[in-house]
Amino acid sequence: MEFSEHIKTANVDDVVLKQPFHAPMKGTLCVTGHHLLFSDRSGDSSWQLLLLLRNIDAIEKSVENLLGYSSTGSNIRPVGSSGTITIKCKDLCILQLDIPGMEECLNVARSIEALSSLDNVTEMYPYFYRPSWLSLDDQWGLSTLEKHYDQLGALQVKWRLSNANSDFSVCPSYPPAVIVPQSVDDQMLVKAARFRQGGRFPVLSYYHQKNGMVILRSSQPLTGANRKRCKEDELFLQAVMDGSERAYIIDTRSAQQAQQARMTGGGFESKSCYNSWKRLHRHMERGKVLQESLIKLVEACGDQSHSMDRWLSKLENSKWLSHVHSALSTAGLVAECVERDGHSVLVHGSEGTDTTLLVCTLAQLILDPESRTLKGFLSLLEREWVQAGHPFQLRCAHSAYSHTRLRQEAPVFLLLLDCVWQLGRQFPLALELGEPLLLRLAREAYASDFGTFLCNNEQERCVLEVKDRTHCLFQFLLRSSEREHYVNPLYEPTDLAIWPSVQPQSLHLWTGLFLRWSDHTQTMEEVREEIWSIVTQHCGRG
Amino acid sequence: MSYYFVFQIFNIFLADKAFCRKPLSGTLQLTRTHSVLTEDASGLRKETWILHSLVCLVERQPPMDSGHPLRVHCKNFQVLQLIIPQETDCHEVHMSLLRLSQPERYEDLYCFSYNPKSDKDESTCKWNFIDAKADYHRMKIPNQLWQTTSTNQDYRVCETYPADLYVPKSATLPVIVGSSKFRSRGRFPTLSYYCKETHAALCRSSQPLSGFSARCLEDEQMLEAIMKSNPGSQFMYVVDTRPKLNAMANRAAGKGYENEDNYANIRFQFMGIENIHVMRNSQQKLLEVSELQSPSIADFLLGLENSGWLKHIKAILLAGVFIAKAVAVEGVSVLVHCSDGWDRTAQVCSVASVLLDPFYRTLKGFMVLIEKDWVSFGHKFSHRCSHINGDPKEVAPVIDQFLEVVWQLMEQFPCAFEYNERFLISLHHHIYASNYGNFICNSQKERRDERIQQKTHSIWPYLWENKCEFMNPLYRPDRSQSQGVLSPNTAPYCFKFWRGLYNRFDKGVHPRQSVLDCLMAIREESQQLEEELILHGQKIAKLEKERGTSMKRHSVVSSTDIWAQSDLDLDHLCGSMRALPLISFGQQRGSDGALLVRPRNTNKGSDLDLSGSSDQESGVGDLNCRLSSGSESLPSEDIIKNPDLAEAIYSVA
Repeated sequence: MEFSEHIKTANVDDVVLKQPFHAPMKGTLCVTGHHLLFSDRSGDSSWQLLLLLRNIDAIEKSVENLLGYSSTGSNIRPVGSSGTITIKCKDLCILQLDIPGMEECLNVARSIEALSSLDNVTEMYPYFYRPSWLSLDDQWGLSTLEKHYDQLGALQVKWRLSNANSDFSVCPSYPPAVIVPQSVDDQMLVKAARFRQGGRFPVLSYYHQKNGMVILRSSQPLTGANRKRCKEDELFLQAVMDGSERAYIIDTRSAQQAQQARMTGGGFESKSCYNSWKRLHRHMERGKVLQESLIKLVEACGDQSHSMDRWLSKLENSKWLSHVHSALSTAGLVAECVERDGHSVLVHGSEGTDTTLLVCTLAQLILDPESRTLKGFLSLLEREWVQAGHPFQLRCAHSAYSHTRLRQEAPVFLLLLDCVWQLGRQFPLALELGEPLLLRLAREAYASDFGTFLCNNEQERCVLEVKDRTHCLFQFLLRSSEREHYVNPLYEPTDLAIWPSVQPQSLHLWTGLFLRWSDHTQTMEEVREEIWSIVTQHCGRG
Repeated sequence: MSYYFVFQIFNIFLADKAFCRKPLSGTLQLTRTHSVLTEDASGLRKETWILHSLVCLVERQPPMDSGHPLRVHCKNFQVLQLIIPQETDCHEVHMSLLRLSQPERYEDLYCFSYNPKSDKDESTCKWNFIDAKADYHRMKIPNQLWQTTSTNQDYRVCETYPADLYVPKSATLPVIVGSSKFRSRGRFPTLSYYCKETHAALCRSSQPLSGFSARCLEDEQMLEAIMKSNPGSQFMYVVDTRPKLNAMANRAAGKGYENEDNYANIRFQFMGIENIHVMRNSQQKLLEVSELQSPSIADFLLGLENSGWLKHIKAILLAGVFIAKAVAVEGVSVLVHCSDGWDRTAQVCSVASVLLDPFYRTLKGFMVLIEKDWVSFGHKFSHRCSHINGDPKEVAPVIDQFLEVVWQLMEQFPCAFEYNERFLISLHHHIYASNYGNFICNSQKERRDERIQQKTHSIWPYLWENKCEFMNPLYRPDRSQSQGVLSPNTAPYCFKFWRGLYNRFDKGVHPRQSVLDCLMAIREESQQLEEELILHGQKIAKLEKERGTSMKRHSVVSSTDIWAQSDLDLDHLCGSMRALPLISFGQQRGSDGALLVRPRNTNKGSDLDLSGSSDQESGVGDLNCRLSSGSESLPSEDIIKNPDLAEAIYSVA
């Protein structure tokens, strides 16, 4: 195997592993192409830890006793040199390995560093993961946009499925099929795409069956400093209006940022050119700011100082909850426009691949009961994140512990999961998906056995044959054996919109994720079991 | 007694504190004990009752177009905004509320006129419902090492202590009396909790009058007697809950703390819990944060930090953890004191007791704990809660902090407590309201002199009768976390803002659906079905028997009647079975299409969620909460999604 050149020491005995919730263990450490394997065969029960190297965000190594001697009192006795590797994972777990032998330690560390940061997608584990209970012939993905379109009967009068992007030439980050107004033909669409950053012309994100209003999403228009116009883009949005008097554009940037974007060729829809569209700006952080926020939050959670003041100011200073706040309130605004005011909404920021998707997804959860089921939620993620071209590969390359220079990392997807968790806290009966699902997705997005979150868009997935050569996470999670673990025992469907409160008193730190490795969360498992037992007992009697 | 109207004003407005919803217009009537706002809009009569003894602050605010606003702050953290058209009326209401909310004498408090449905004889015997003495028997006290002492009968030695006290057998009368003379206000060391398993004792007292160098042989003997009553240990802890600086400052006033050199085998420890003045200011800041109108996350978190409140809560819990560990793990006895031994000492002893003994995590046990460590040991409820007009510097949220520590523990150990958050909130309410006599006066002696037990009712039987409201459906006494000593995580992130208490009346910030309600409904439904099943089984058995006898008597008609009747019941039973799962209970459609979940008790008219109470025992009653108007109005046809369900619940209620 080509990985072997990175592995100088494959096996080390007498390694001590320290990890949360367990006493230190002594055993054998083994480095493979994709995993770190630790097994403790002492005693009756053999215990194993299998850690995906991709899950490792950062490692720190320290080597001791370089001289090979240690003096304890008057006795000077020779001891072997040793080293310690601290492994910080993308799922925020921290492990420590005490490895006898300095050279072994350094070799292991070097292997981990090299193997955990391999960039070649086809060398990643999903391409090698072949468990007996999964077959590559299984259906990949839950649905396609074609099927989604077929299911929405009422929509078909005014909206059509366009295959203009079937070869990804119109927009490389869009899926082959998209839903656009009936009156917009493919030619118009191609021209409108040229007027939007990355070719991300407006497409249908959500159709509100109650009143026929829609949520669209796109990227920013390329108006530039000269206030360029595009007739097709204007006609496109005119077609969406379909005779109604007003519609809204929710721009996820501040008005000032949108103005500044014109200097670099971007911009916004001016009132004069799109006169029935009312533009509202809601500033949301993205990119580096978001990543730094996550880093600060995780650092605050790991602070051992036990000072209350310090904790609260660090929590505040991380701004993470403020990001949760702005995501939920912007989504609430979009949902309000659609449900209460009865207007259609176009959402975009600049690229239309991050905050735009975040806002559209949350608005759908607020409005659409279907999206709150387990299957509906996973389908929503598939449609609005995977197929819609959220660049998972770039955004989730590193997590909160990494020392490498930030490139395009941003925890937008993590922020989405946090917001969904907040919705679940406020409406504990309304979501069929439980917290364990959100935690699982948070882990899988950063390091996975499955191919679902590989690559940045459908085009890349197509080129690298992801759907033929890897397994699908969403399909797997819906299997009856898995499903039970991820559903909310208290789920009771409701057709009503679930309006979240965004008061600071109502938003909480997601301890299940950020403090997952503290003993704090262990009792929560007991609670879950208890709720299950009450509910199943009840069903038994009923 | 009859309520006479002090006066009444028409065309008054009531708004919530943030003016978020449309103000209601109505009539305000002031009685001796309550203000009643009656709203007559849209033909629906709606009354809001404000108990005067719950009012802690009335503020005039700058006039508005619609009139003169009056902001009324209640001790249960409700804030009401009255807008009165005429300035003279506003002034009158302001003055009356000030006077009525701060009675000069105990006799003017509501509990002396409040009469719940029971008759007098029954109620006096109900004063024995919670018996602190029985708790010592539960701890196997008296035993060979500990005994009761009659020293304080008639409160001769210490006015603020209870009459029944427990001391080491080896402590003679002169030692007790001598020790009491060397302690602030005569509060000598006495037993609070005894650990049967380790024989370690948790004792409490006030600070010694040591000054810079004074000694007292009897006091030293007293501590030695406590230490020796725990045969297994070589030393004991003396825990001074104050910050060291405060304790040192007390030395200048002839008080202070134990000198380790003078007392044999003690280990001395400061705990750094701040005094009542710091706590009062801290809570004030916390309340300001909770009352902010649409604050940003930063405003809220920085305000929370700046209040210092959670830091104080943490300090109290840490002290409790220290003591629980000493008693249960090390098996070492502990003497706790602060200055007078009735604030921080009460907090810390009771927190340690909750950690140590699963009994105090049951509903009855918690009542016993409050009665023992707080009421009988002379926590000055009337001063701290400002029941009657007094020194504002004596007011302090000492009991609030204790209840909050318990709540924080409940958050960490959701299966370990038999009672739920509502119980704590309800108790908090009743400590400040004065419907019941338990928390009136400052000591047992004072309560005897005021004949509280003869003239007022006890809260405990009332809470016990309503216990199904207060039960935690997740409680499992057999679970590992419910048994033995709790060892909580005290990392800062474990301490949360108690929204349920401080934003209790701000409906918008709470979860729109409640897990507690849902689980309780499921539980109740399961139980009800089971009971019905048994009932029907019995009925069938009875009918079969009757049919046998009626056959003999040839009276077929009556038995068919009975059968018909039971068929009906079976239908009903099947109906409620069809209604499963009952989770949808309590969900309703708001006029805006939002999903709201109404707390169970609004159906039942209990006083916990104070809206919905029809008698005057609650601070603010909302007599017609189901028909409230404005943006929160709930169309009546949507009140409950499933009529079958509504019926099932009402029959449970």
